[in-house]
Amino acid sequence: MYNLLIGGAAGQGVDTTAAILERLIKQSGCGVFTMRDLMSRIRGGHNFSRIRFGAGAPRCHSESLDGIIALNEETIAIHRENLRPGGFILCDSAIKTDDEFAIKLDMAAIAQELGNARVAGSVAVGAALKLFGIPMSTEEAYSIFRKSVKEEHVDINVKAAQAGYNAVPQKFEHTAGEASDQMLVSGNQTLAMGALTAGVQFYSAYPMSPSTSIMEYLAAKSGEAGIVVEQAEDEIAGINMALGASYAGARAMTGTSGGGFSLKVEALGFAGMAELPLVVANVQRPGPSTGLPTRTEQSDLKFVISASQGEIPRMVIALRHHEDAFYQTVRAFNMAEKYQIPVILLSDQYLADSTATIPVLDPRRIALYQPEEGPAGDYARYRFTENGISPRKLPGMSKDLVAADSDEHDEYGHIAEGSEMRTRMMNKRMGKMALLEEELLEPEVLGDSAPEVLLLGWGSMYGPLEEAVELLNQKGGKRYGALVFGDIWPLPQKLLKKMAPSAKHLIHVEQNYTGQLAALISEVTGIKTDAGILRYDGRQLSGEEIADRIAKEGF
Amino acid sequence: MGQYEFNTYETAWCPGCGNLGILSSLKNTLEELDLNPQDVLVVGGIGQAAKMPQYIRTNSFCGLHGRGESAAVAAKIANQKLTVILHTGDGDGYGEGGNHFIHNLRRNIDIAHFIHNNQVYGLTKGQASPTADEGAVTGVQVDGSINIPFNPLLMAIAGGAGFVARSFSGRPQHLEEMMKRAILFKGYAMVDILQPCVSFNKVNTFSWYNKRVYELDDSHDAGNRLLAMERAMEFGERIPIGVLYEKEQPTYHEKHRSLREGQILAMRRNDLALVDKYMQEMI
Repeated sequence: MYNLLIGGAAGQGVDTTAAILERLIKQSGCGVFTMRDLMSRIRGGHNFSRIRFGAGAPRCHSESLDGIIALNEETIAIHRENLRPGGFILCDSAIKTDDEFAIKLDMAAIAQELGNARVAGSVAVGAALKLFGIPMSTEEAYSIFRKSVKEEHVDINVKAAQAGYNAVPQKFEHTAGEASDQMLVSGNQTLAMGALTAGVQFYSAYPMSPSTSIMEYLAAKSGEAGIVVEQAEDEIAGINMALGASYAGARAMTGTSGGGFSLKVEALGFAGMAELPLVVANVQRPGPSTGLPTRTEQSDLKFVISASQGEIPRMVIALRHHEDAFYQTVRAFNMAEKYQIPVILLSDQYLADSTATIPVLDPRRIALYQPEEGPAGDYARYRFTENGISPRKLPGMSKDLVAADSDEHDEYGHIAEGSEMRTRMMNKRMGKMALLEEELLEPEVLGDSAPEVLLLGWGSMYGPLEEAVELLNQKGGKRYGALVFGDIWPLPQKLLKKMAPSAKHLIHVEQNYTGQLAALISEVTGIKTDAGILRYDGRQLSGEEIADRIAKEGF
Repeated sequence: MGQYEFNTYETAWCPGCGNLGILSSLKNTLEELDLNPQDVLVVGGIGQAAKMPQYIRTNSFCGLHGRGESAAVAAKIANQKLTVILHTGDGDGYGEGGNHFIHNLRRNIDIAHFIHNNQVYGLTKGQASPTADEGAVTGVQVDGSINIPFNPLLMAIAGGAGFVARSFSGRPQHLEEMMKRAILFKGYAMVDILQPCVSFNKVNTFSWYNKRVYELDDSHDAGNRLLAMERAMEFGERIPIGVLYEKEQPTYHEKHRSLREGQILAMRRNDLALVDKYMQEMI
């Protein structure tokens, strides 16, 4: 497995260069995982992408580097310490460095000669491919540049890449895998594809990093798919519009990050009270308040499981990886409609912005929920039934009149303040949770299934934990395993209760300060963890770092 | 009178409340328009006015304070066959929901928005609303309101609304005419309805409004935006009621690729062959 970093200032084309490079690498058959580290600014600062690739399928990033493409001097200063001996620093001749691993190339001059100084990045693309021994067919290059640059610039970019390719010697051996037929997608893209598969008809949101690319993807497809994507005037309108559309019968969704989620909270409670199906994506970033807008954290868990005044039934699904984001989004729409509740998808910047190679997703794997016809006769929207789920009809679709009410109400949706009605309605709504608990998905076991050291994580910690237990088990000695929660509220308990007693040590691994999963597990099951591997600087733990820290702490 | 009857329910409003007249006018209007209750959706937020959906036999959506405005337009997006009527108070519509009010003007979605404007917060017992007169003394504005009253009609005309009207709950015939025209108007139509609050507003009473309102006649050119703005600024000794501004313009639905042929999003599913194609794009 190799690891290549492309770094530069915002506006220097780091992201575009990485996007072209990762695609060319993938087309050669390598599995790819690209992590994006961006500053919250349009120009200047330091941005970088790390492309990890190889014959296998990398599930997370890695810190140590085999190569650096430095678009400015700062990139070398910041990342040099992570370069493995024998690696390379590819940069323009104009960059001042006397590093023994520097490979200086007249990129600007080559670009200038081809007729456009702006294609220097493509010279670097070609050179990097050659250094890693990755073949670059002219045909592939044309097809990939066509997707990324304007038609009139395709030719010159391909020529630049070829010039770069021919300008350097090969340094590493290339081993191709089977990934060339796979998809290369970001977590937000697979989430959005899941929504389309689930039949989303209405997505209303206010732009907020790192959730915006969900809205952008759906907007790009909205005309062809025949759906409506509405940019709301604020986060509150975003969710209340989604609820209005849901009431009228459209599968509806809103998406945001923690700050926007905070604004949506009252309406989340309304969805629970009025029993309106709704899917809400919270793509987490470090808080509190504005926090670190373009970075990652898992610190909204305890917030989203309890957000709202009063008590409502809800489901929270943490998205673990790119495939999971797709299938769980489809499932979230089904669960929302079946139980007439809000379902929250908890993602984060790490998963949302990183791209990975995954097998082509199957939009027919999960059947879409078809609501049952209620009994004929007098219709009441909030009819008491045995399981608490009232047959849901849609306004204008039959002679029956349909209510939605944010006040406590009777079966017909009329305001009711009586003690008995209030109690029965609370029991009816909250009672749906017991049903839902019966179809929860248990966390996934990684590594040893009867481990001495059991690591506990959730959401995007899946990839790093998968690598961590693999590294730890390779050392011999203790047996390591991990449980990674996807369904997280209500908390599935069976597997945890089975595995925890036989493990000598329980360690929570989370991207937050307080260990929110550990606290939740303790609250719900009484099971306490022995230690926590935590990080809250906005940068995701890598598998290597988790393994190192576990070893250092003597577990 | 049409073939359908819109029953009303016992209300929790004070005797003599302007809302009672507005409810009765709404019922008459819907019947007069011969609408079927199943095709009508009445939306409210929170407040005394926003209880309207509770009291009339149609589809009903009682949302959150200020947010009925968002839900109403989205319900219309999801199912454009519904006749969507939004009732808010001045606090619900112009205060808590002020931002949504502004942006709904820009969307031009074909709903009717009736604002019960009594210049006071009724449900919370009498604080100043955005339209309260300067100097209005309340339990909170103890020295009198020092804020400039919000001018909803001027805002609506400036913000791009195609139908901007005012009426008075004490003139049921006029009110029903305004409601009817607003519902029939293609695009966002707002009617600011002056109403007395018998419990908490002892200044702007029935007789206060009754003395001041005058009906606009044919001499007013409702197609002229500047003249309409001038009329909208008239509020004091004389208050014009009627359609201040009316101009049809393309609606959200007419402009939207996914809606302009009358598409209904409710119960719709997406074509999975398209999703297959989107997967291929990522290879």
